[in-house]
Amino acid sequence: MGSRIEIRWHGRGGQGAVTAATVLAEAAVMEGLYAQAFPEFGAERRGAPVKAYNRVGNSPIRTRAPIRNPDVVVVLDTSLPPDLYMPGLKEDGYLIVNTGLAPEEFKSKLGINVKVAAVNATKIALDILGVPIVNMAMLGALLRVTKVVGLKSVEDAVMETFGGHIGEKNVEAIRRAFNLVEVV
Amino acid sequence: MAVQRLVVEQVRLALSSNQAVAYAVRDADVDVVAAYPITPQTTVMEKISEMIANGEMDAELIHVESEHSALSAVVGASAAGARVFTATSSQGLELMHEILHIASGLRLPVVMAVPTRALSAPISIWNDYSDLMNTRDTSWVTLIASTAQEVYDTVIEAFRIAEDPRILLPVMIGYDGFAMSHTYEPVYIAKSPERIREFLPRRDRVKLDPNRPVTMGTITPPEWYYELKYQQVVAMNEALKVVKETDKLLGELLGRDYEPVETYMMDDAEIGFLVYGGVYGTLVEAIDTMRSKGFRVGAARLRLWRPFPVEDLVEKTRNLEKLIVVDRAISYGARIAGPVALEVISAYYYEDDAPLIASVIAGIGQRTITEDDFVKLAEVYMRKGRDSPLYRESIYWGVRGVEVK
Amino acid sequence: MDSQLPTWRELPLGGVILEPGNSVRRKTGDWRVFKPVINQDACIRCLLCWVYCPDGVIHILDKPYTSSKGKTWDVTLEIDYDHCKGCGICVEECPVDAIDFIEEVK
Repeated sequence: MGSRIEIRWHGRGGQGAVTAATVLAEAAVMEGLYAQAFPEFGAERRGAPVKAYNRVGNSPIRTRAPIRNPDVVVVLDTSLPPDLYMPGLKEDGYLIVNTGLAPEEFKSKLGINVKVAAVNATKIALDILGVPIVNMAMLGALLRVTKVVGLKSVEDAVMETFGGHIGEKNVEAIRRAFNLVEVV
Repeated sequence: MAVQRLVVEQVRLALSSNQAVAYAVRDADVDVVAAYPITPQTTVMEKISEMIANGEMDAELIHVESEHSALSAVVGASAAGARVFTATSSQGLELMHEILHIASGLRLPVVMAVPTRALSAPISIWNDYSDLMNTRDTSWVTLIASTAQEVYDTVIEAFRIAEDPRILLPVMIGYDGFAMSHTYEPVYIAKSPERIREFLPRRDRVKLDPNRPVTMGTITPPEWYYELKYQQVVAMNEALKVVKETDKLLGELLGRDYEPVETYMMDDAEIGFLVYGGVYGTLVEAIDTMRSKGFRVGAARLRLWRPFPVEDLVEKTRNLEKLIVVDRAISYGARIAGPVALEVISAYYYEDDAPLIASVIAGIGQRTITEDDFVKLAEVYMRKGRDSPLYRESIYWGVRGVEVK
Repeated sequence: MDSQLPTWRELPLGGVILEPGNSVRRKTGDWRVFKPVINQDACIRCLLCWVYCPDGVIHILDKPYTSSKGKTWDVTLEIDYDHCKGCGICVEECPVDAIDFIEEVK
């Protein structure tokens, strides 16, 4: 088995966690990597807590078991309880959150010990898209923190998925979050 | 494991198994599609509708009011000579049940994708193989895929198998609902469909044609019916050979090799698992883990369920001491309640030196199966000899309140 | 078992009947208990019997007929007794009671 990164996305139905995971897998596949993206099945309800998963690696990914110990947890909505998104995150893993707080503040607020990356994805989404669909901004933050795939591949995957004007706006959200994300 | 030789020029995309089905149906130049939406099948039809609307695919899409009608519509179209496709899951497949027999009895080469799902009641939209296993005796050639890549390849292959003049039976392709139907993963698809279409020549067969009228589906009195059912027995048995031939041709075309029973690390294994569908990938990773700790374990996967590949299975598992068959469906009231386990035990009945065969039920209603489950099962059976009751009846792995010691 | 019948090898797949119209070879006339007989003199050629007959055994022949009262018709109606099952629907539907229903003597 080569190297592999496992990511768990948490959001609410309608924020685009599943789409973000799919776009990431598409970008990874474009780069010739192996990837999986799958939702936590059956939770397709707007506003309800939603999970999505990614595995990305440089050798074939055969397991289909849910991810129990992710390397990265991405939280699209911090109104979700930490009990929902913290379990299983590796001690040396990353928590990437959508918050107006600085990462250090968020970390001490939750009293957690993992590495935290913070970006105000809601603000970025509202500024650029005019709607609080924060998935692409969070994907931008993820790319900066993990370098799991290149920004260019993700932009290509976004243009492939959305196309045209909406695609361009989403690319802009990805870039802005990529540049603004703060890490401790 | 499939090997990439890229014989036909292909492109690599991230697709779910449901989308892979749609691409295969497009590339196979299907004429008529009819379906009724049901989770987790729905995105198959969404993608096909999108392809037809975009002009990527030239097919007639018939919107119907039920799965019974969906299969009836494609049966009609197939009887008129069209290449047809449908897809369903769970209750939809149950509602089709009557017409499943009509498709096979009329010897129509219908192809259907079944992202498998548990059955009501109570309602579960999640995965197991109860729906597909209920179709065992419908005379459909039934293949079960374990990756989105294999789903694409197998749907293409299915048309050639179904339309083979020696077979002329419908073909069903099962794969895990959600765990595969909604999981995106890398899939190679043909860059252009020409070679796929050469692989699927339009063959002449008896059809409804005003210029050459025939009668299909007559009432058949006792002195005629049995011979027609025996024809199906012969065709089904013949299908084993045809599937293998077609696997080989498909390998030459797309560069990926399949067999009715596939194995991993089986040569010197003492304990082997037999599974079907997407959980094979999880099993293979568990085997890697166990091998790294020195356990002689191996994995096998049943890809062809009907006809059942008795010789292939026996040949590939006979050197094991113990064979653990993990089923994701229950035959209620049977002591060995795993449909595939029953078949495996029956396959071994006249063989000398059969391994000890254990039947494990797991993954019902998508109860999670992890690598750990396989490790624990191997540990349980490692300690158990012929006298253990754990071989005499199925064990229900993972049920709260049931302890397996 | 009737060894004259074809084996599974010889039968068309799925029991498809490849020869159109071969049901003519199945003579159902001996099912009758009562036999309809058209009174050509009383018949007004309305063809309702032809419409209603479930087995299509009323044949309209291009054969002129002149009645006892001197009325001439272009056609004559004839029943195909090889296939008439004697259901009596024509007798029931005839608006002028021109079809007699006579017990079959076998």
